[in-house]
Amino acid sequence: MTMLLQTIDLKTRFHIPEGTVYAVNGVSFHISEGETLAVVGESGCGKSVTMMSILRLLPAPPAEIVSGQALWGNRDLLRLSENEMEQIRGREIAMVFQDPMTSLNPVLTIGRQLTESLRVHLGMGPAEAAQRAVELLEQVGIPDAAHRLGDYPHQYSGGMRQRVMIAMALCCHPSLLIADEPTTALDVTIQAQIVELIKKLRDQLHMAIIWISHDLGVVAGLANRVMVMYAGFVVEEALVDDLYEDPRHPYTLALLAALPRVDRRRDRRLKSIPGAPPNLLVEPRGCPFAPRCEFAMERCRFEIPPLQPVQGTHAVACWVDVTTGGPR
Amino acid sequence: MGRYIIKRLLQGIPLLFFISIILFVLMMNMGDPVATMGGRRVTRASDYERLRRQLGLDKPIYTQYLYWLIGNDWTKTDVDGDGVAETPGTRRGVLRGDFGVSLVSRKPVLQVIGERLPNTLILMLASEFVIIVGSLLVGVYSALRQYSALDHIITALSFIGYSMPIFFIALLSMYIFGVLFKRWGLPYLPTVGMFDPQAGKTTAQVLWHMVLPVLSISIISFAAYSRYIRSTMLEVLGQDYIRTARAKGLPRREVVYVHALKNASLPIVTVVGLDLPLLLGGAVVTERIFAWPGMGRLFLDHVSRSDLPVVMGILMMIATAVVVFQILTDIVYAWLDPRIRYEK
Repeated sequence: MTMLLQTIDLKTRFHIPEGTVYAVNGVSFHISEGETLAVVGESGCGKSVTMMSILRLLPAPPAEIVSGQALWGNRDLLRLSENEMEQIRGREIAMVFQDPMTSLNPVLTIGRQLTESLRVHLGMGPAEAAQRAVELLEQVGIPDAAHRLGDYPHQYSGGMRQRVMIAMALCCHPSLLIADEPTTALDVTIQAQIVELIKKLRDQLHMAIIWISHDLGVVAGLANRVMVMYAGFVVEEALVDDLYEDPRHPYTLALLAALPRVDRRRDRRLKSIPGAPPNLLVEPRGCPFAPRCEFAMERCRFEIPPLQPVQGTHAVACWVDVTTGGPR
Repeated sequence: MGRYIIKRLLQGIPLLFFISIILFVLMMNMGDPVATMGGRRVTRASDYERLRRQLGLDKPIYTQYLYWLIGNDWTKTDVDGDGVAETPGTRRGVLRGDFGVSLVSRKPVLQVIGERLPNTLILMLASEFVIIVGSLLVGVYSALRQYSALDHIITALSFIGYSMPIFFIALLSMYIFGVLFKRWGLPYLPTVGMFDPQAGKTTAQVLWHMVLPVLSISIISFAAYSRYIRSTMLEVLGQDYIRTARAKGLPRREVVYVHALKNASLPIVTVVGLDLPLLLGGAVVTERIFAWPGMGRLFLDHVSRSDLPVVMGILMMIATAVVVFQILTDIVYAWLDPRIRYEK
């Protein structure tokens, strides 16, 4: 498989009045053509900021990309001009956001918002773009699409708006779709529909997907590979089956233990992870998970563990071997 | 939408009635137009009664209001003071388009206003154009370059401009561009009137004479508007849909001028809609300082002599404009924001 995007040592910070937020601390990952990579982790762990750094969608200031590379083909996205970025956004890399209620412009028609990219990237005329927009809406399952182009976002339900967002993202056949928790704001039945829709479209269009989520259940059925993030670090990366069957990072273990399962006794309480995520205003010096980790050793508090392969493509950033409980 | 507009217009009618009654009562109690009618000296007692009778000022206030509203050509009045009402009235009333005759100049009110209104309109429309276009450019610029050096300079200048009284701005600009420029041998701006009497009332002359009054009128509103536009733009630029628009790869100008500005224009339209009708009243202070023959000066001249017909004419014109512009604002609002629909 051909490498599509390779991110190396990405560091993003926010300079706010209270100090510096260390949001992304040396994230490296890659994704190949047609692959689905899931990025999981709790809220505020830097999943979205990583992706928005790559697409350069963060407002600067306060955001600053301190270092790193994001190789897209032979180009480094972090060093392209704003004009060159505009050519890539929406055309080669598209993004779907979390909240469809606020992600569509309330004062422009659905048709207008759908046809914009077609016009800008593919140079279509109004009639051609409108026709294509109808096809796209039908493709994502909006009934009576032709009559709904003139509608405004408030006339669509939440699920339909997310379908529109997906149609908008896919209109130029991007090679990579970044889906930033696209189902979080929707209710459960709609969530399932959206996941099914994205799966179907992925197979039809043969595109790669980066799926950001904190729902490990959804991820299991969708992704090829999973990357677990914590406090702006990648702590574990593995093929989806390896991660669920053989988690190697204490944080991943804790996350999986917190998941409700049908095959487990019902009267047992779900496990939660004690403590809270670290304060990102402090420059990280040791393993960010150490204060909450049951395996933590002296070394964990002073040295940041690098992401190292343990077996095949399975990599973990931990000083401890969780299978034995002793140092690696 | 059509039904909504008609409903709003119908609602405006009782409102205007109410306004007219209040204004009428206030004006009747403001001063005595007959007191100094003949000139500088106090009117003689014998003339005083006669004048009041001839002008209909001896009638009770509700009768005067009725005559003002629907005229008095359907009845007879006592003009010569013999106690017999034998002279047929000639007034047709506001409802039939007759605003009466000025007590000062004896000219019909509509003619008096008609002579001044165009002068005010060119002055005020030019100012409003400068204010809106200028503050949009400056406001959007400072929103896009928040906390840049130029943004800080604009902020400081805005506060200075906003906190200066208009008469001071007017006099200061006169001093700088009229007096000092002339002294330094630079091309200087005229400070009085609409045109140079020797050159005649040409377009170039009027434009040239407009510069300083327009500058004085614009500065305060310009400062206020540009601040306001900056803050609304900043709020809109932080919205999720702006991020979506950028993620689609739209060019920056399209993101700013279509996606952001259309949303930001909603609150701006409200403010402009409230300000526009007041333009008809003219700029009382500025017109006075620059001797501009407009509505503001007209109003001041006539209100100081208790010229009820003219003052009522001007005030009712402004009140009507406020009502109409409110409806226009609502229409523009509905056109800009599809979430707003006026169904009932």
